[in-house]
Amino acid sequence: MSRIKECFKNLQADGQTALIPYVTAGDPEPWVTVPLLHALVEAGADIIELGVPFSDPMSDGPVIQKACERALKNDVTLNSILDMVKQFREKNTETPIVLMGYANPLEAMGYENFARKAKAVGVDGVLTVDMPPEESEEFLQLMNSHDIDTIFLVAPTTSAERMQKIAQHAKGFIYYVSIKGVTGAAALEINEVTAKLEEIRKYTSLPLGVGFGIRDGKSAAAVAQVADAVVVGSTLVRCIEEHANRPQDLPAAVASLLAEMRHAINARDLASVSA
Amino acid sequence: MPEIQIDDYFKHYPDELGHFGPYGGRFVGETLMGAIYELEEAYKQYKNDPVFQAEMDKDLADFVGRPSPIYHADNWTRKLGGAQIYLKREDLNHTGAHKVNNTIGQALLAKRMGKTRIIAETGAGQHGVATATVAARLGMECVVYMGAEDVARQAQNVYRMKLLGAEVVPVQSGSKTLKDALNEALRDWVTNVDDTFYIIGTVAGPHPYPAMVRDFQSVIGREARQQMLNTTGKLPDALVACIGGGSNAIGLFYPFIEDKSVAMIGVEGAGHGLQTGQHSAPLSAGTPGVLHGNRTYLIQDTAGQITETHSISAGLDYPGVGPEHAWLKDIGRAQYVTVTDTEALEAFHELTRTEGIIPALETSHALAYASKLAPTMSADQSILINVSGRGDKDMHTVAAMAGLNF
Repeated sequence: MSRIKECFKNLQADGQTALIPYVTAGDPEPWVTVPLLHALVEAGADIIELGVPFSDPMSDGPVIQKACERALKNDVTLNSILDMVKQFREKNTETPIVLMGYANPLEAMGYENFARKAKAVGVDGVLTVDMPPEESEEFLQLMNSHDIDTIFLVAPTTSAERMQKIAQHAKGFIYYVSIKGVTGAAALEINEVTAKLEEIRKYTSLPLGVGFGIRDGKSAAAVAQVADAVVVGSTLVRCIEEHANRPQDLPAAVASLLAEMRHAINARDLASVSA
Repeated sequence: MPEIQIDDYFKHYPDELGHFGPYGGRFVGETLMGAIYELEEAYKQYKNDPVFQAEMDKDLADFVGRPSPIYHADNWTRKLGGAQIYLKREDLNHTGAHKVNNTIGQALLAKRMGKTRIIAETGAGQHGVATATVAARLGMECVVYMGAEDVARQAQNVYRMKLLGAEVVPVQSGSKTLKDALNEALRDWVTNVDDTFYIIGTVAGPHPYPAMVRDFQSVIGREARQQMLNTTGKLPDALVACIGGGSNAIGLFYPFIEDKSVAMIGVEGAGHGLQTGQHSAPLSAGTPGVLHGNRTYLIQDTAGQITETHSISAGLDYPGVGPEHAWLKDIGRAQYVTVTDTEALEAFHELTRTEGIIPALETSHALAYASKLAPTMSADQSILINVSGRGDKDMHTVAAMAGLNF
């Protein structure tokens, strides 16, 4: 069983919602990333989305764009990110890691080369924002043969027909983009999200994560009510940006922000169990 | 590569999913996939609709001033002493460049699709002006994204767009040039996907843009092919056009692709020289990768990060190139060469003085290469050069090279 599958199985058995923080690898400095990942797990992260920075992040808002720029200034590459995962795995063999980014760095490394190296260091899944199922045939085959889960996005604009197609190819979980827009752009509308998740469930039994519009404990808890996983990105990355000049304080600051969300989600999970 | 690909080219490229061999395709976030399919459906429907075509033809004739003439550059031909040189005069179009052929087509499509808001990216500002122009005429809201560096360099075009009623948004991210303007326009589109039509200015972006923009620009090659037959009684021996994204070049080349006797030469910007790394020549010095919705040749580092480009002409200053050019290169149907800033500037002055035509700096790259090619050919052969735009917008840059400031 894949680490991601096992993680959701355990959480569901306990009636809990997964909390998935996103941080950009190497932001603001490469050495911060591994301690930060451990601090996130400590604060209640169930799965970690580790962003692979790209020079032209066209689906991201200004917060994550700047994170990419900070990381790239330090010459962070896909290779050095795989090293970070390897280091993280020295102390943590349980928390699933999903690499999230754009197609070009993967193309540059070569899909097969990437799949082999990623599996070897303990990467569990990959989410390539600009690679829809239409363009993924070779990629999917190689990820599948190396047991790396391929996570896909579903958007408010996704038709039923496409949902079906995406569901066929998705592994691990499906990530629902809760707003029309870039990351960190607007607050989500919980009723719309609920309706869309119901629709997606017609086509898949995979866990559903929701991200792109979650800013605080309150919105995290609201999403936890209807989703299997809550993804938090820009809010954490903004905190990283604020601490860019004192990176030694950064893991604790980001972790305490995540802990608030964990707390809010747990309170809601508990309330719905007792209700 | 098998010969059949060229004999049967028109039938095969792109395929159903928008691929030219391994290039092209649809590499965008899920939120835009619906909009891209919607656009493809609309384009398929109107492409062969006689009413739509008639409306476009009328606009191209009465608003743009088509057909643009071909001109036998007699003086320059004699001076170079070789092949006869013909110029396709896209510089005479309304707004001063070939860009308007495409914006007319896409704006009419936007109107038919019920979109009320137009967005565009621009580098030098020619595509932005051409977009603002058609938006003004159709009474549509228009927002143009332009790198902050380019806004500073192209103040006059920024003002033209504003006069035409467009909002010009300076883009501060990344290298603050054309590629970042494209990123920002894509972000706007994701956010306002319901009512907004994105008019991409070149043969890049996700399918159907490369094919659609090519089709709109192919009016250049269709006219030129007939004009050459009427004037000289035969097809030209070589076509020469500059390549940024590659829309003027594909517009000229496409109708000639199955005419195997016609050589097709695309000229990229070598900037300060390919060996300096400061250039904008992905086909000549780049490697394949994925950017802005398609797979093509890119200027990138070994880790797949897009690196900064340089060209004296803002219109060539882009790290990618249309996927069809990538394919034409690989199958050997077109040849891609480079010309430096200095060579382009020399050709700019040469055409201006010899023929009384002030070309755009982009076009000057094509002229510079043609001036090397012509003397190697005989007087009964001919070269057709696409004069993609006029040089009015470049007065500042050229004057600054001579130490003058307005």
